[in-house]
Amino acid sequence: MLSVADLSCIRGDRTLFRGVSFTLEAGQCLHLEGGNGVGKTSLLRIVAGLSPAAQGEVRWHGALLGSPDCQLPAQMLYLGHLLALKDELSAVENLIAGGAIAGSGPNQEQALDALKQLGLAGRTALPVRVLSQGQKRRVALARLLLQQHPLWVLDEPFVALDAAAHALIVRVLHGHLAQGGMVLLTSHQPVDMGTQGRSLRLDA
Amino acid sequence: MENFKIRWFHWAAPQSFYPLAGRLWPFFGLIAAVMALAALYLGFFVAPTDFQQGEGYRIIFVHVPASWMSMVIYLAMAFWAFLGFTFNTRLSGMMTQALAPTGAMFTFLSLWTGALWGKPMWGAWWVWDARLTSELILFFLYMGYIALTSAIDDPRRADRAGGLLALVGAVNVPIIYFSVKWWNTLHQGASVSVTKGSSMAHTMLWAMLLMALAFWAYSIAMALYRVRSIILVRERHTQWVQEVAA
Amino acid sequence: MNAIAAVLQRDLRLAMRRKSEVLTAVFFFVVVASLFPLAIGPEADMLRKIAPGILWVGALLASLLSLGRLFAADYQDGTLEQMALSPTPMPLLVAAKVLAHWLLSGLPLALLSPVLALQFDLDSGTMWVLFTSLLLGTALLSFLGAVGAALTLGVRGGEVLLSLLILPLYIPALVFGSGAVEAQMVGMGYGAQMSILSAMLLLAAFFGPWACALALRIALE
Repeated sequence: MLSVADLSCIRGDRTLFRGVSFTLEAGQCLHLEGGNGVGKTSLLRIVAGLSPAAQGEVRWHGALLGSPDCQLPAQMLYLGHLLALKDELSAVENLIAGGAIAGSGPNQEQALDALKQLGLAGRTALPVRVLSQGQKRRVALARLLLQQHPLWVLDEPFVALDAAAHALIVRVLHGHLAQGGMVLLTSHQPVDMGTQGRSLRLDA
Repeated sequence: MENFKIRWFHWAAPQSFYPLAGRLWPFFGLIAAVMALAALYLGFFVAPTDFQQGEGYRIIFVHVPASWMSMVIYLAMAFWAFLGFTFNTRLSGMMTQALAPTGAMFTFLSLWTGALWGKPMWGAWWVWDARLTSELILFFLYMGYIALTSAIDDPRRADRAGGLLALVGAVNVPIIYFSVKWWNTLHQGASVSVTKGSSMAHTMLWAMLLMALAFWAYSIAMALYRVRSIILVRERHTQWVQEVAA
Repeated sequence: MNAIAAVLQRDLRLAMRRKSEVLTAVFFFVVVASLFPLAIGPEADMLRKIAPGILWVGALLASLLSLGRLFAADYQDGTLEQMALSPTPMPLLVAAKVLAHWLLSGLPLALLSPVLALQFDLDSGTMWVLFTSLLLGTALLSFLGAVGAALTLGVRGGEVLLSLLILPLYIPALVFGSGAVEAQMVGMGYGAQMSILSAMLLLAAFFGPWACALALRIALE
């Protein structure tokens, strides 16, 4: 269970947001909404442990983020704005390397299978730089199929995806929630997560 | 013990430290001025003419204390940086940044007075003596710190990156000094010695110590004065600063 | 495949697909070493005397060229973030990146140095000491330089700033490294200098990745 209490974030001189609190239980999805620049990405980065919060705390199963007994880094998958793909490597090579670094280590077959599910069969051996934006996004999202971490933190996962890919990813998210996972995401597009979805609006 | 800790952290808040620094710096400034005058009097009017070096040697009353201060201030910067990383206080980073320009100034003063001394003594504006060379490298370290902290826009990142640089530098300073000394002895470079041939007269020693204390008080005064400006700039969005500015 | 091997393999693979970056450093070394005789004069005695210093400084500058890029690409495409989130401790991943950097820039320079030493009329014993000292020295520079690269990540004017930060810290290595070669040339033992250089390398290899990881986290905040 992820719990965020009284979180506030300062970037440079500006206070982006303050007093943000929410909890996320197994099987739930939280959709962060808000205009540009209101701090959605910053909030996700604070939860991921990349940026410090000016105030407030993040707890994972009761343990404070940053303390030695907090297991969050090992149980979280974070896909940020940047795709974390190397242009000169192929999609398969990227997934294998990225997975190894994240501790999930897919092998060649698993990576190819995941890419096929995302509609990239036949494009797996090409260097990523020749793929379109949407295809690159799909390679990045293939990581969702390759690991078992309970918490998914996704920053704008649907950017550049066509309708079919969008629907596919929503299905993947539903599948994850059905297995007891949690999803925290931001998106400018509407995301229909049904009864399992809530949304939280960050206002300036 | 709890009380003691709370009291220290009270002063670590910029809002509390600002008025404290404001009261302290004129006091240190006055000490610095008085001691400097005493040291100059001792150095220029009381200390005897050196047996070997004539009157020109008197510049050591500025050169040696300046060298000492350049190293002390760098250690102070490393100390504040260490505090900043341990306790995550904003003020530590501000103090490190406040100390840097004064430290760089003393390093430059040491190099410059070293050259002014060297010219009449050895006929050259610069000699590759171990201590002078180490001072030069220390000057580069100061410049690196100032350049790094100026180039980073985000103040928090500037403080932490600068602090790490200061710590890495501080660890390296003994290694650098040792290697330069080795290099110098191997190549039999010139040696700038204060007491070559004769033991230093008591008055000379006193004058140097007094000047060192004067520089030390001056550094504290300057750092406290400068940190006040830094506090005002960094905390300009808080209410107490806006009241002060009004 | 574990995370450390993945980072190492990825960096090496990327460099092999963009070979120009590796070759640039090597050619820079060659050009710089060739400039000095042209600027100073071809007398063999004098060239022999200045050779250790020139070859060491040349290797240093060539290595410095590629340091700025050590973390920059990873920072820009998001892979650095993912490394920070990895369950493997970041200092280990940093050490893997530094090792890759050394294999791609330091090692080729050290291997090339005996060839360049020919231009300065050095004997084979000296060439051997030059090679080993550069092997240690370039590795030391990779570790130290990584800390500088991490501190200046994403900063305006970062490349030149990196040089300003790292070169003063690198002076001890320069002094002992070229000192070892000189000692060999005049027939004295170079053991002490090599030992000190090795000791500095061990210290840097131990503490460098740790300081570097801290600097990277500061940059990622």
